[in-house]
Amino acid sequence: MYAIEAKGLVKQFDGFRAVDGVDLKIPEGSIFGILGPNGAGKTTMLRTLLGIIDPDAGSRTLLGSDRPISQSRHVGYLPEERGLYQSMRAVDTIAFMGALRGLPLKEAATKGRILLEEAGLGYAADRQIRQLSKGMAQTVQLMGTIVHDPKLIVLDEPFSGLDALNQAKLEKMIRAQAAKGVTVIFSTHVIAHAERLCERIAIIAKGKISFDGLVSEARDRLRPIVHLETETRDGPWRQALPAEAKAEGHYWHFTLPETGVEPLLTALVEGKAGIRSLSIERPGLHDAFVAIAGEAVAAEMDDAAAGEAK
Amino acid sequence: MREIFRAAFVIARRDFTAIIYSKAFIFFLLGPFFPVLVGFAAGNLGGQIAKEVSQPVVGIALAKADSDKMLAARQSLSKTLGDRYFAQMKIVGDADAAQINPQTYLRKKTDNLSVVVTGTLTKPIVTGTANAIDRERADIELLAGYAQSGGSLQLPQATPDVVVETANNDKQLRTITAQGGQILVFFLTMLLAGMVLSNLVEEKSNKIIEILAASIPMESVFLGKLFAMLAMALLGIAVWTSIGLAGFMAVGPDLPSYPTPAVGWPMFIGLCFTYFIMAYLMLGALFLGIGAMAATVREVQTISMPVTMAQLINFFFASYALTKTGEPLEKFAAIFPFSSPFAMIGRAALEPTLWHHAVAITGQMLFAVLLLRLGVYLFKKNVMKSGSAGRVSEEGVRKLFGLIKVRR
Repeated sequence: MYAIEAKGLVKQFDGFRAVDGVDLKIPEGSIFGILGPNGAGKTTMLRTLLGIIDPDAGSRTLLGSDRPISQSRHVGYLPEERGLYQSMRAVDTIAFMGALRGLPLKEAATKGRILLEEAGLGYAADRQIRQLSKGMAQTVQLMGTIVHDPKLIVLDEPFSGLDALNQAKLEKMIRAQAAKGVTVIFSTHVIAHAERLCERIAIIAKGKISFDGLVSEARDRLRPIVHLETETRDGPWRQALPAEAKAEGHYWHFTLPETGVEPLLTALVEGKAGIRSLSIERPGLHDAFVAIAGEAVAAEMDDAAAGEAK
Repeated sequence: MREIFRAAFVIARRDFTAIIYSKAFIFFLLGPFFPVLVGFAAGNLGGQIAKEVSQPVVGIALAKADSDKMLAARQSLSKTLGDRYFAQMKIVGDADAAQINPQTYLRKKTDNLSVVVTGTLTKPIVTGTANAIDRERADIELLAGYAQSGGSLQLPQATPDVVVETANNDKQLRTITAQGGQILVFFLTMLLAGMVLSNLVEEKSNKIIEILAASIPMESVFLGKLFAMLAMALLGIAVWTSIGLAGFMAVGPDLPSYPTPAVGWPMFIGLCFTYFIMAYLMLGALFLGIGAMAATVREVQTISMPVTMAQLINFFFASYALTKTGEPLEKFAAIFPFSSPFAMIGRAALEPTLWHHAVAITGQMLFAVLLLRLGVYLFKKNVMKSGSAGRVSEEGVRKLFGLIKVRR
């Protein structure tokens, strides 16, 4: 069963295709990351999937319904552009957001207080939003996103604007929700978050999905890297190394040949290379992303992430 | 449908609470009193000025006995015709004592004379400018004639025979009632529709609109906002009516009375109230559609100005149509949705037929729903572009509905 299914989804603004023929299947109960640089079409895709805007072409189902808004009671959504009523109290804000999703107002307020207590913000429950710090306000909005116990949580760039401590808290919350069987989808341009949290990812660039699958599948697209240190610098064992192997003195770095590690080891031992050390490194998601989306897109994302960190 | 109204209630409750606890609500409540206060102050000031500006006086320079008779005649006739009917009169000379050129009196600035009457009661001479003579001559002749008769001139007494209605002047009188109703509903509608618009723009600038759009149908957002403002308006009307009634109790019979409308007062008030709701729902839905696509107050002002002007034209059109009952122009005003509520208020005042109103109210309601759906459609089509949050870009109004292609 899929939480979200999209087929040939297209959304364009003034002739520009923000979402360009997206096919996507997000299984229920997974943490799903949507990776892409700024302007890749992540937000528009999420808005289209949630029914905030209608697609120009293609179809989508959300929790089995082709009318996404009809499932809104089971969905929690944190938009990229955070917004709250400044004069509303924190607890009322959560209650209001819960009431929007079908929860009785009183029940939502009670749950709101509990959530704020759990987040260590119980003391701020009766403060107006304008009296809270940006991080606190963001936490309040996040509480409003989950107060009605949704089956699906969609977070658009949830880590942006948060300090390291709050990022860690958010990661913990995402894991806790996933542990309860909730499907969590979040978009990000920071690969590290996706790598730490997601089982599955989709990589989007220029409105198109260039990869959709398990994180391990993405990483498996690249051969592991072998780091080798030998006693001798030359010998017949060199024949076992791929032609593109880079040498730094006694150190060698190369991708593991398709034949695997055993024939390589045999050749090194028989060729008397004198192995001092040998490690095989599995490529990270970043390397996989570079391979899938291209160097330029990856550099763009790195720049954006670095800029945000500053 | 049930979900749409449930969600609309959540929005309406939030908006209503937020509004009545805001400073803006105090100003809203006080709003109608400002024109009343200004009108009252202007009236008093005007009266004061009128008092202070010296009124023209008719100078009398007849023989002493004739002058006294003239003044007595004025006093006597004023009881019948009213004190303000005749200009003030003052004896400025005695023809028996000395014959003085009347122009000498007119040149005396302190007396402020418009004309001077010399000669005799049988042959009075009026000296003054041509305009002043035209203005005073008939009155002087009347007074001289009455004075001559020594107060024995008997004016016939007409016997009053009061009827409730006449075909001739009822329409004219009821038009006043119709105009009163139209003006009241128009101003209230414009005031509220403007507030709905500001409210939605505030929501967009707060960036809450995306949360709302993701949580509930946009129809609910629009409906909720309309109903919240309507509830606020009803609260306002309740307050104003209470104050108005208190004022009426205090002033009582001195208040001006409007002619009874053709459908009777209770039905007329009910229809005015219904048409107010219809006019507000239509204009509010239109403004919401506009507001959904504007990001800043400045953009709202730019976009809403032509709509406000158009609505003003509609109002004048409906007012003008009052004088053309039954003619194609008036029928068009009654059918055209934006002028229909005002034109139908006119009909309620002038014609007793009721089924017209049932048809008009149904039509207006359907049109309001259509506008609401159109607003939602335009919102979904043009708003929520990533990053822009629905901002109407530099092309502004031209691009508003996405119906006109802009050359780059």
